[in-house]
Amino acid sequence: MKYAFFPGCVSRGGCPELYPATIKVCERLGLELDGLDKRGATCTGAGVLQEKNLFLGDVFNARTFAMAEELDLPLLTICSTCQGVMSQANKRLKDDADYLARVNAHLALEGLKYKGTAQPRHLLWTLIEDVGIEELKSFVIRPLTNLRVAPFYGCYMVRPSDALEFKLYPEREDSLERVMSALGADVVDFPGKTRCCGFPILTINERNSVKMVALHTSDAKDLGADALVTPCPLCHLNLDGYQPKAMQQAQRDIDIPIIHLPQLLGLAMGFDAKEMGLSRHIISAKRVLSKIKVPA
Amino acid sequence: MQITVSVRRYNPQDKETPSYWQEYSLEVEETSSVLDSLIKIREEEDGSLALRCSCRSAICGSCAMRINGHAKLACNTKVSDVAEDGGTIKVEPAGVMPVIKDLVVDQTLFWDKVKQVSPWLQPEGEEPEAEYLAPNSDMTHLAGVMACIMCGACVSDCTVLEMDPNFIGPAALAKAYRFAADPRDDQDASRLAALSEYGGVWDCTRCYECVEVCPKGVAPMDRIMALRDRAMEAGYTNNNGARHTDAFEASVSHSGRLNELTLPIKSFGVLNLPAQMSMAPVAIRALMRRKIPPIIHKSVPGVKNVRRLVESVKEEQQDEQAAG
Ligand code: SF4
Ligand code: SF4
Ligand code: FES
Repeated sequence: MKYAFFPGCVSRGGCPELYPATIKVCERLGLELDGLDKRGATCTGAGVLQEKNLFLGDVFNARTFAMAEELDLPLLTICSTCQGVMSQANKRLKDDADYLARVNAHLALEGLKYKGTAQPRHLLWTLIEDVGIEELKSFVIRPLTNLRVAPFYGCYMVRPSDALEFKLYPEREDSLERVMSALGADVVDFPGKTRCCGFPILTINERNSVKMVALHTSDAKDLGADALVTPCPLCHLNLDGYQPKAMQQAQRDIDIPIIHLPQLLGLAMGFDAKEMGLSRHIISAKRVLSKIKVPA
Repeated sequence: MQITVSVRRYNPQDKETPSYWQEYSLEVEETSSVLDSLIKIREEEDGSLALRCSCRSAICGSCAMRINGHAKLACNTKVSDVAEDGGTIKVEPAGVMPVIKDLVVDQTLFWDKVKQVSPWLQPEGEEPEAEYLAPNSDMTHLAGVMACIMCGACVSDCTVLEMDPNFIGPAALAKAYRFAADPRDDQDASRLAALSEYGGVWDCTRCYECVEVCPKGVAPMDRIMALRDRAMEAGYTNNNGARHTDAFEASVSHSGRLNELTLPIKSFGVLNLPAQMSMAPVAIRALMRRKIPPIIHKSVPGVKNVRRLVESVKEEQQDEQAAG
């Protein structure tokens, strides 16, 4: 199966380990990727641009959708925030033909036109909706037995649920748990899994942002999780990068590794730690690796 | 249908016992609401169960509580929507606000926040002879916010209020928007100035919890975003939030991508040395793990097209503004 692939800024920016890990895992799964970044697709706006200029954000995303339509390929994302922002933009564009026409008037400058058929989908959903859980299991050569993992979705993968079409695809609601179990891991049910990591207010109210990191990482730790797994690189930036500060602030030891979804897939598929870029995290992933007997 | 209702109980008079879960099994109609079930428990099984309700039709806003982990109106939630036959429903008091007993919380915080935004019209100048007139379109636009029934569901699940009671919070900020956007109100400047302070519109994480749980479609977060926009338009830009948004828009409009290296620097303000320094340990740790964005910020291929697109959008927006 072939996809128009939207990697997002952070998978090659603040989380440079995510992009190569994704490429390897998708290749193994037989998901062929045509990178929209190479075709000049822009940032989604991440919800920040939308605060200031919602219309410009919608024009940017419609442009990316039009590129995928031109290739006649389904659109694949690997970031909860990109996914959510795209889903919301898509809803506005599809719900209102006049609005779409207004957007298309600008895209015409480049000879592009969005017809309204794109369906941006995160790798997490694609695993369930295209690959299939049973098929996914057949790629597991190193079951993650005894590894206790807690899911952390990222706000934009769970809300607003109407834009994310949870009614149409009810399995999206616990997709992360489904995938983690398929890889053989023990899922730790965890109340913080759909809460906010605090990243969006990091430069605005760092104290509150770091408090969120402290709360969720320590809750997961106290529930016996060996790691948190996230489909969102922005959550990763905060939960991993600011965990040392969170430990300082909360005055306790937490030290729980944060694993990108593709890295977890890769480990179960037999890739080594280096191939998955696991040495690049701030919080060492060694504990996870020793638990599944992978050399660090 | 047969259900089990698992209720988080708490009795302040019994100082020895912390809160605990109690299960009740009962038979209810498919069409019953969670509130019907709780009332049935109270009337037929356990008279000591405390809950708050009145209208039973999603009007009074008394019965907000957490059902299966999320804030909802109990009277507006059908049992069959939250449990299968033979299944369990978890019912807890609303979050953020302190529990008085069982499912009843103390809403003082909620009302204090609402009062904090001066939720009344403050026109200036001479009073008109008859009523104040307002354009129909403005008032239909505001009808969505005015639909708020003050239930506190959004406050219960707000991710920032959970951390910091200083945040004005979703319901009160939506209320603030209701007055800032009312054409009859003349205190926009002072309202927006106050809302740009610590604890105001910029403290929201944009987590969408309030949008998701609001039973009336008020969409508090969208109102907060509209307030941010208005505050920036009105010139309240000397804060990290506004600088962050500005820098983000500039970066994406210029290169098509986010410049992760300079964004935090611009958000704090280039001259804010203490804040810049506080970033240093984090940056150094990241540097040692090679967990950093490329130093040279590259534009997307064909960035000229992106810039032309931005120009064309902005031209249209300027024309619109000029046309009023
Ligand atoms: S979007 Fe903002 S106001 Fe709404 S719940 Fe989240 S943090 Fe609170
Ligand atoms: S905004 Fe919605 S959830 Fe919040 S108090 Fe009003 S009606 Fe309730
Ligand atoms: S009882 Fe009035 S809103 Fe539920």
